[in-house]
Amino acid sequence: MSATDTPANLPTPDAATQRSPWGEVLHSLLRSGTFLTGLGIVLFWIVCALFGEHFVPYDPLADDIINALAPPSAEHWFGTDQIGRDVFSRVIVGSRDILTVAPLATILATIAGTALGLLIGYFRGIVDDVVSRVLEAFMAIPVVIIALLAIVALGTSKITVIVVIGLSFAPIIARTVRSAVLAERELDYVAAAKLRHEGALHTMFVEILPNVIPPILVETTVRLGYAIFAVATLSFMGFGIQPPSPDWGLSISSNYGMIGGGFWWTVLFDALAIASLVIGVNLVADGVHGAFND
Amino acid sequence: MTDRNALELNDLSVAYRVGGRNRAVLRNVSFKIGRGEAYGLVGESGCGKSTAALSVVRYLPRNGSITGGSIALDGQDVMKLDAEALRRARAESVSMVYQDPGKALNPSLRIGRQLTEIFELAGMSGQAASDKAIAMLNLVRISDPASVMQRYPHQLSGGMQQRVAIAMALANDPSMLILDEPTTGLDATVEAEVLDLIAQLRRELSASILFISHNLAVVSNMCDRVGVLYAGMLVEEGSTKDVFNDPRHPYTVALLRCLPRGGQRKDQGRLDTIPGFLPGIGATIVGCAFADRCALATERCRSEAPPLYELGGGRLSRCHYHDKAQSLPRATPAEIAAVAPKQAPPVLQVEGLNKTYASHGRPLRAVKDVSVSLRPGETLGLVGESGSGKTTFARLLLGLVPPDEGGSIELEGKQLAPRLASRSEDQVKAVQIVFQNPDSALNRSHSIRHILSRALKRLGGLTGKTLDTRLEELVRSVRLTDRHLAVKPRQLSGGLKQRVAIARAFAGDPRIVVCDEPTSALDVSVQAAILNLLADLQSKQDVSYIFISHDLGVVRYLSDKIAVLYLGRIMELGPSEAVFSGPHHPYTEALLSAVPKLDRMESGRIRLDGEIPSAANPPTGCVFHTRCPRKIGAICETQEPQLSEAEPGHTIRCHIPFAELARLQKPKAVEPA
Repeated sequence: MSATDTPANLPTPDAATQRSPWGEVLHSLLRSGTFLTGLGIVLFWIVCALFGEHFVPYDPLADDIINALAPPSAEHWFGTDQIGRDVFSRVIVGSRDILTVAPLATILATIAGTALGLLIGYFRGIVDDVVSRVLEAFMAIPVVIIALLAIVALGTSKITVIVVIGLSFAPIIARTVRSAVLAERELDYVAAAKLRHEGALHTMFVEILPNVIPPILVETTVRLGYAIFAVATLSFMGFGIQPPSPDWGLSISSNYGMIGGGFWWTVLFDALAIASLVIGVNLVADGVHGAFND
Repeated sequence: MTDRNALELNDLSVAYRVGGRNRAVLRNVSFKIGRGEAYGLVGESGCGKSTAALSVVRYLPRNGSITGGSIALDGQDVMKLDAEALRRARAESVSMVYQDPGKALNPSLRIGRQLTEIFELAGMSGQAASDKAIAMLNLVRISDPASVMQRYPHQLSGGMQQRVAIAMALANDPSMLILDEPTTGLDATVEAEVLDLIAQLRRELSASILFISHNLAVVSNMCDRVGVLYAGMLVEEGSTKDVFNDPRHPYTVALLRCLPRGGQRKDQGRLDTIPGFLPGIGATIVGCAFADRCALATERCRSEAPPLYELGGGRLSRCHYHDKAQSLPRATPAEIAAVAPKQAPPVLQVEGLNKTYASHGRPLRAVKDVSVSLRPGETLGLVGESGSGKTTFARLLLGLVPPDEGGSIELEGKQLAPRLASRSEDQVKAVQIVFQNPDSALNRSHSIRHILSRALKRLGGLTGKTLDTRLEELVRSVRLTDRHLAVKPRQLSGGLKQRVAIARAFAGDPRIVVCDEPTSALDVSVQAAILNLLADLQSKQDVSYIFISHDLGVVRYLSDKIAVLYLGRIMELGPSEAVFSGPHHPYTEALLSAVPKLDRMESGRIRLDGEIPSAANPPTGCVFHTRCPRKIGAICETQEPQLSEAEPGHTIRCHIPFAELARLQKPKAVEPA
């Protein structure tokens, strides 16, 4: 062959332009105050869940009837509950169950939703029409109703809560994934895959999936916030985490009758804990969303 | 006061802040535009053309800043204007027209509303403003302004939208009109109309024009003087005629050589290229910025930055050896091994291919009764305006969309199934494509190694060691190196990405490769390298191309046969030389006439009126009769002409007899760019 031109060279690397897309996302996350604040809050609760029992002043499960319903003091910073358990110790350790159940439910929702979304977005047509209508119908039922039915069928357990929340959030993630896939499948690399006789599974999971990860990550972090809220709600209603766990929702549920008697500390700190975790996760979600959409 | 320049840039430097560092984009650029003068700014992407335009009215993006020099509009220092004065200058004396008219117009307001608003802001009453708006639409030659006023932007074609954008730009009777690639997204026929309009308006109005384009031919037709930008520096300036006919900077010389001109064909030699790359944005430049890519460069060029030498006659060149610039040796040898013409049986035989889509319940015939054949090693060029069915035809061949019942596609004598899924592995790998846009065609999540290995595995049936060996060969054959394998597509330039796309198409030793506008997103120097590569691969592997392009010079360079499509029908089909040199179909004649040429426009141009009709409702008789400049009468409106043989192998779909076409087209030899 006639040598018609020299081998093309790579342009000189340049720090700002040669960063990988993920490196760029990380870079902008680390410069986002929103993300870092949220991350700080979430990390605080994760540390409490993992190591809290080693540094809390009291055993969160130990009762002390004589000191029951003591108001906040130097000894019991957040007071004690109706059987004299230290509220501060219980709030710190109470993040453990919710931080296991909510993320697992979110992961389940993400995996199921992604698979479903890829399927209906890739095949479109009748598959999309039928499955999408079913998902919409499913989304119209409140989580609590689904939870009630599931608990009747499966019995009360953390697994039930994970499955209920996971499956009721999956359609929402599926919808996000579907719209991202609809845009991707029109790109020429999908046509190029067809021109190699690639199977549908390869095209969906190897070609398309890596390109729809950003919207999936954003949706997942947003869903995690809702999942925390849903877990707390179900615990409050008695469908989820069971006593004697110091879980926040559970504590509020067993103590909210006391507010009338002026024993506000038995409820307030658990409520604030839930609020702070949800806010933290939402700040993280905002930051992630911003980093991908800059 | 008349000797004041409309625009003066003095030592203007602009930097963008990226990654915490100021990166120079314009370096000490100076030029003047006199009253009523049209000044062209040319250069490849990334050289700072648009930045220059934006800084004139201080429209730089947030991370951009003017780091030195001054801009004077009409003698007024733009840098010193306060917010109010700047707003007034933008509103009253400068207007800009951008590349994409669709984005310049508000999609949810009627054209009338958007136009009258400008006059109302200037203090006119409703009725007067609306009269003035209609007058503006008349000025830009819109035939039915009252009805256009009632429409939304999406209801207008691209050419009409750009006319409206020009009308809006002219509404304030600006003294300075900045046109930033105003015709780049338009079809050649529409581009010709818009350029004619701008040329006419120049005669009627007094506005000075700053015309920015990557298309040298367009600038050569529109501008009095031209400046060539390279790496943010003005490297050459002079009257358009001088610069393009007698360039004095090696970069200009090289740029002009990259274009296939004067009917150059692949069998007459390769195009010249420019080796290397543009310095990165903000790179520190010692000596001459072009030295690394210049075969004339000496030690002096690498150490001593050349000043802008004055060459007399208003000419400037930033080259120490400007007197020798034209002796720049070729970067790519022109010689090629002569290819003996073969008489092999056709590799592709298409008979009576049709494709009908349903559009609002009406049939839309995207491709109608197309028959072509192609021999091994031949290129069939497909030309026609957008909407003529070129891409649909390509997708039918590839099996990406099934054709209507009845037609047939034969590959090496064997029938191809209409659907890709039912074609055999051998048939699938035999017909491949290089897409227009490599960003869409290459999976951005995969490394180049993954992309090419997968293609070799699926199309070449290779695994393990043999795959690795073949991968190396494949990468070398498109002149990439091992270093490129590890990176993701986004880390490569447009030209390198397109090489990867070409390598992928060639992974399974295809018989036919469809090239769908493979160079339209690339700069001319990169385009030349890609065209050379395609020509080399073809002569080596005897592969056939279906080459789609709106650039007739490019099509002519690569094609052995040309099919001219209009509304899904072949209007003319024949050997490339016969189709280009004529006599040709009136539509081909108009297409050729619409192409702006570097060697000045000849008189007696042919312009098509109106737009390509909808394929859902094609005209009766000859589909081209509504726009045909050579229509002969009622027969054209009632009876569809057949493709009839004019010369051996050259067929034309026209009622005018071939001898008559020859007589009509005789006086002026149409010579495309």
